[in-house]
Amino acid sequence: MATNLNIGHRGKDRRSFFAGSDRALNIAVLLLLFMGIVLVYAATRDWFASNGLDPEYYLKRQLINVIIGIALAYGTTLIDYRLLRAYTPVVWGLGVLGLIVVLIPGLGSTVNGARSWISFPGGFQIQPAELAKISIIIGMALILSERIANNDAPTDKQVVQSLGVAAVPVLLIILQPDLGTVLIISACVITMIAVSGAGLRWVLGLIVVGITGAYLAVASGEVSEYQLNRLRSFVDPNADPQASGYQLRQARITIGSGGLLGKGLFDGPQTNGRFVPEQQTDFIFTVAGEELGFLGAGLILALYFVILMRAFSIARRTNDLFGRMVCVGVIAWFSFQIFENIGMTMGLMPMTGVPLPFLSYGGSSMFANLIGVGLLQNVYQRTR
Amino acid sequence: MRDRSALSLLVVQILVASLMLALFGRLFYLQVADGPRYQQAALDIQSRDIVTPALRGLIVDNEGNLLATNKAGLMVTADRSVLDKLEDKGVSVLTRVSSVLKLNYEDVYLRTRLCPELPKDQRNGCWNGNRYQPIPVTKEASENQVLTILEQSDLFPGIDAQPVSIRYYPALAGERATHVLGYVGPITEADLNNDSGIRYYRNEFKGKAGLESVYDRFLRGTAGVKTVIVDRKEAVTQESRNTPAISGNHLIVHINAKLQAVVEQELKSSVLRAKASGRRADAGAAIVLDVKTGGVLAMASYPDYDLNIWENGITVKQAKELYSAQSGVPALSRAIQGGFAPASTFKVVSLSAAVDAGYSLKSRYNCPSSVQIGNREFKNFDSKAAGLIDMTKAMAISCDSIWYQISYDEWVRDGGLKPKANPNDYFFNMAAGFGVGKRTGIDLPSEISGRLPNREWKRGWYEQNKDFYCNYEKRAKKSQLTAYLIEIARENCLDGDKVRAGDMVNFSIGQGDTLMTPIQMAVMYAAIATDGRLVVPQVAKAIVQPNGKVIKSFAPKYSGELPIKKTTLKFLQNSLRAVVTSGTATGAFAGLGVEVSGKTGTGQVFGRNLDGSAKDDTSWFASYAPSKNPQYAVVMMVSQGGFGASTSGIGVRRIYEHIFGTNGKKAVFPNGVPNRLPYIDSSKGAIS
Repeated sequence: MATNLNIGHRGKDRRSFFAGSDRALNIAVLLLLFMGIVLVYAATRDWFASNGLDPEYYLKRQLINVIIGIALAYGTTLIDYRLLRAYTPVVWGLGVLGLIVVLIPGLGSTVNGARSWISFPGGFQIQPAELAKISIIIGMALILSERIANNDAPTDKQVVQSLGVAAVPVLLIILQPDLGTVLIISACVITMIAVSGAGLRWVLGLIVVGITGAYLAVASGEVSEYQLNRLRSFVDPNADPQASGYQLRQARITIGSGGLLGKGLFDGPQTNGRFVPEQQTDFIFTVAGEELGFLGAGLILALYFVILMRAFSIARRTNDLFGRMVCVGVIAWFSFQIFENIGMTMGLMPMTGVPLPFLSYGGSSMFANLIGVGLLQNVYQRTR
Repeated sequence: MRDRSALSLLVVQILVASLMLALFGRLFYLQVADGPRYQQAALDIQSRDIVTPALRGLIVDNEGNLLATNKAGLMVTADRSVLDKLEDKGVSVLTRVSSVLKLNYEDVYLRTRLCPELPKDQRNGCWNGNRYQPIPVTKEASENQVLTILEQSDLFPGIDAQPVSIRYYPALAGERATHVLGYVGPITEADLNNDSGIRYYRNEFKGKAGLESVYDRFLRGTAGVKTVIVDRKEAVTQESRNTPAISGNHLIVHINAKLQAVVEQELKSSVLRAKASGRRADAGAAIVLDVKTGGVLAMASYPDYDLNIWENGITVKQAKELYSAQSGVPALSRAIQGGFAPASTFKVVSLSAAVDAGYSLKSRYNCPSSVQIGNREFKNFDSKAAGLIDMTKAMAISCDSIWYQISYDEWVRDGGLKPKANPNDYFFNMAAGFGVGKRTGIDLPSEISGRLPNREWKRGWYEQNKDFYCNYEKRAKKSQLTAYLIEIARENCLDGDKVRAGDMVNFSIGQGDTLMTPIQMAVMYAAIATDGRLVVPQVAKAIVQPNGKVIKSFAPKYSGELPIKKTTLKFLQNSLRAVVTSGTATGAFAGLGVEVSGKTGTGQVFGRNLDGSAKDDTSWFASYAPSKNPQYAVVMMVSQGGFGASTSGIGVRRIYEHIFGTNGKKAVFPNGVPNRLPYIDSSKGAIS
């Protein structure tokens, strides 16, 4: 049972904005955000300029995304996460509400075959599935960290409850359908249950259910032709050379052609020639690969490594099980999303539309990721 | 902290660390270990060669008149890689295209098929190039047609239009020179992968026949190549190389457009004359050779066709006709690819062989109406006896029986059916010395060698055919099972590998298995006309750069010398003059006004026409003029044209009338054959 509640600890020294937070984590995230802004700019400036548009369009918008995201992260650290527990049902409920709204025709808009976006007047869009990840992590952490009597593991009933907390939003996301997000969430769910202390049978069972579910989805035709083509082109890059196979092949060539030192920032011919579609969002890593080379792209991997290892350290340090479960959820989310995205651009993983944390252009995912960082720092700050 | 949870956390941490390591390893592999491969792949994706074909050099005659030039055309092309993706595979688009261009849909459809896509026998007019080249539908679209297509691009996906330079054969003097000039066509896969050191590009064209093919490497010039870096939408972002096109060099030929027109016309009227007198007259050839240089002043083959059909977009019907037997296979150049029995024109060889064998040119020989050899009777052509005559008269009246006797006697001396180890073979060796059975080496493609049916050839022939003749009654068709043919088959099976008496006798008068091309005949008579050297006929005279600088002059070449003494040569010349003054060609050349020497030939042909009728005789006339100090050798051959004198003799006579300007004709060469190179005005084309 969680006993060591250190409510009121607000850091030893609050002279500055980031004081009391994990410095290495902050530096790594800020460096990535900076690189992301530059890479988004590199990916779009020539393309927009050659079409007579403002070459700094994406740069400016990404800058705003980052500023809002940092504000949200900071905001997240302000309220003690343990107080947040009380609001968990509200957070979860809002997440589910967003996912329902996006499915209503006329409110949700369709991109790449998935009804994932809610459009607001003025061109502002949000993607509820990104924010739903946070709802699920907090909701599951809440249930899985309750300890009845002297048990050191959640009861089966708790596990089932936590799965229910995840299942509702996941089903709504399947309806969009946004299978990439479903994949990431599934990985989070399994990891959180595994770390919660629940029996191995739960973990193995969930993996079996996941694989069977995926197989049934493909066999029953629930998976769209668009998704299947992406899978096929992973198995055989020449299967669909004009669409997803083309994109994957171009991505690999773009990264590979960067070599050790890269073609130089803003000087990548593949990038400037716009050979990789959606390069500023899901394929942002290819820009780093081509223009910054192995040194630059390797630096990005190293920064992710630092972030994840710091997150593990925070999870390990805290004595609060809820805090730890939140950390584990965020770790699983970040690491699987990073692996899926970068793995996809390098041909290690099949193509799904998930953005690369901190680097990809986009508001919702940026906000969600930085709120995730805020949660990590929140736990860090309240651990003695 | 609970141990179980801590342990799970460690397991997850290890898992995450290994995922990151996997990404790191993969990144290293892509960028460092395998980097060069991807760098090349990226370059292939981004760079495009924009090829501007060079302006093809002109072909001009010996007075500078244009034979082949270029003109501006509007080309409409179809892109198969786009059409194939349409639901109906482009059928409706091509239907619209053919209606706009006023072309037959079937032709447009076939033109846009790759040849290997079609069954072997239906490839007429198909596209010889590749799926990724824009395929020309026509090169002569009107401006309005092109505008119609370009303005409604949604109705014409994959259809494009652009100005092109098209090869044009203007026929300024009415000449066609079909088989001499040749034509150009698209680059094939084989051209692209050739190892000759010439780099071809897909949108270029290349000489496919005739001079266009032989001198392609001079005429084609060098294509201009601009290499650009493009983006995904093919918009150019950068230029990395730009070499301008270098125009092709001009080819000056010995052919004279006016003479060529005359020769074509006289060949045609000889054919028509023969037809009017009941002959089948299915094909013919006529050649005028400059005996002093070997330059081909004119070379015609009948039937011919307008070369411009290739660039205008050949129709299925036209393509079929080029190779159909019904229309006389106009694609075939009889002058260099037609082999015919030389008949009496061959007697210049027999006379020389007789001299070698020791027969005196001063003696008189008996010319009976027929000679009995074995169980067969060999008759004189007109079955008349001429009594004791000298060799000159024998040539003039074209006595056969003298040669029957001499060749038979020599055959017996060589051992007859049991030949000696080293037979003299005067006749065979003399024929070889006169160039029979050997290509002349003319600078045109696909010349045939004809046939010298000597002992060696006989043995080869027997090896190939003995199974047929020795099992004749099993192998032959029902209609071939006549008593006569069965008897011949039996003989062929028994001693078909030997030169028999009948073979030898037939050989001596240019009959039997001997085949010669008209160009071989022209070279042979040119040698007799001059000093006995066998000249290599050449169409090309010089190659000049667009700025007028001569980069190559084709000097006369010789392939050998007639193996005869000067006295024999002189005797031959006198005898050939006698043919015209007091022999078989006297009537045909009466009142010409120029002294001509020559020989008639009327060759019997075995075999049958498509309709089953027996083949008519081959009509030959081989000649040179003026008899003193000769300048021209003129040969005409009309397949199934009947008598040598009346069909070809008259035709040759008329050609001489034009050359020398007699009998009211305007002289083609009033000042002799031009030997200075003409001035070529590239902008205007032709001024001499």
